[in-house]
Amino acid sequence: MSELGTNLFDRDVQPPYLSPDYKSTVLRAPSKPLVVIRQSLSELTGPVFGDINLGALDHDLTRNARKNGEPMGERIVVHGYVYDENGRTIPNTLVEIWQANAAGRYVHKVDQHDAPLDPNFLGTGRVMTDANGYYKFYTIKPGAYPWGNHYNAWRPNHIHFSLFGPNITTRLVTQMYFPGDPLLQHDPIFLGVPPKGRELLISCFDLGVTEPNFALGYRFDFVLRGNKATPFETV
Amino acid sequence: MLQTPSQTVGPYFAYGLVPEQYLYDFKSLADNQLVNPLDEPDAITISGQVFDAKGELIPDAMIEIWDAYNRRFGRFGTGTDAQNRFVFHTVKPGPVDGQAPHLNVIIFMRGQLIHTYTRLYFPDEEAANAQDAVLNQVPADRRSTLIARQTGSGYVFDIHMQGGHETVFFDI
Repeated sequence: MSELGTNLFDRDVQPPYLSPDYKSTVLRAPSKPLVVIRQSLSELTGPVFGDINLGALDHDLTRNARKNGEPMGERIVVHGYVYDENGRTIPNTLVEIWQANAAGRYVHKVDQHDAPLDPNFLGTGRVMTDANGYYKFYTIKPGAYPWGNHYNAWRPNHIHFSLFGPNITTRLVTQMYFPGDPLLQHDPIFLGVPPKGRELLISCFDLGVTEPNFALGYRFDFVLRGNKATPFETV
Repeated sequence: MLQTPSQTVGPYFAYGLVPEQYLYDFKSLADNQLVNPLDEPDAITISGQVFDAKGELIPDAMIEIWDAYNRRFGRFGTGTDAQNRFVFHTVKPGPVDGQAPHLNVIIFMRGQLIHTYTRLYFPDEEAANAQDAVLNQVPADRRSTLIARQTGSGYVFDIHMQGGHETVFFDI
């Protein structure tokens, strides 16, 4: 009998805690090895947001914070599926979204980058996957912005995501990047991921979901940790 | 399929994940009230601070709490309190799967490419703690990092990312 539960983090694709090129990991990474524990109902349960009523415009960041007009920038539509490692789609799971505006500025008070705020763009939203594990939302393509990690450091364009999946072991916070971004090869946050995992963080341009005269489309799928394989009964 | 790699929550998560706590104009889906302390006579307060390797306070962490016994969830950032405390209002959980009462704690911050998990145990559960399989797996000299301190109004649970009191983190 194999043990029930979720696969552990796949350390071949997941980033380590200590990644010295990303300087703030040095003082914040645990230094001692993690203690592996047997999963129980304590870990194999988690919050369920299925009964939460999302706002009517939560899935449309181009409209959910308008004050006196449309936000500036390039409208995009992002869509995809949420899967587990076994290829099963995950229905009714919450996807939270936040990002910089087209100029590369976050609404967050701590962000002091000298680029304009957009009065018509907050940069946050959320969506629930449907019965097929599918999600779609509208936003403005986020701009690149400088940060203090090293001389002339710039973050590539990216959108932040937070997902839960079925229990707390499947929790995922990540960032989606855009194809062909020349900043990726210089970004210690992206490069903190082992080479085998990096492509999984780059969305694909998707002409199929691109809306004529309206918005470019991008496809991005999420894969959360899956159940351990259950053995077939031998007769 | 390969797991989607984790990336840091970064410094600017507040208006997306805990907007009301940080006074942004967006509805929060989760906050620090697992119970409403005004309605719940057994409500307790759990608070704490997060420290880096130099013992300095971390002002941009986000803490999530999962109480698997009562199936309640909370979320709070360390950026709004003058001492960078997180605070949760909840009730003490009962035992799950025969384990000592505990809360799951998930920690996110700039400088973590992937989140950390730990557990909060209660100091007034000595007998149950002594039998707890997870606590017993932890080296004896590090167990105290998982046990909250009792104070007048509740419990204090500080999280040390490194250093002599480095909190035990779990691979779950």
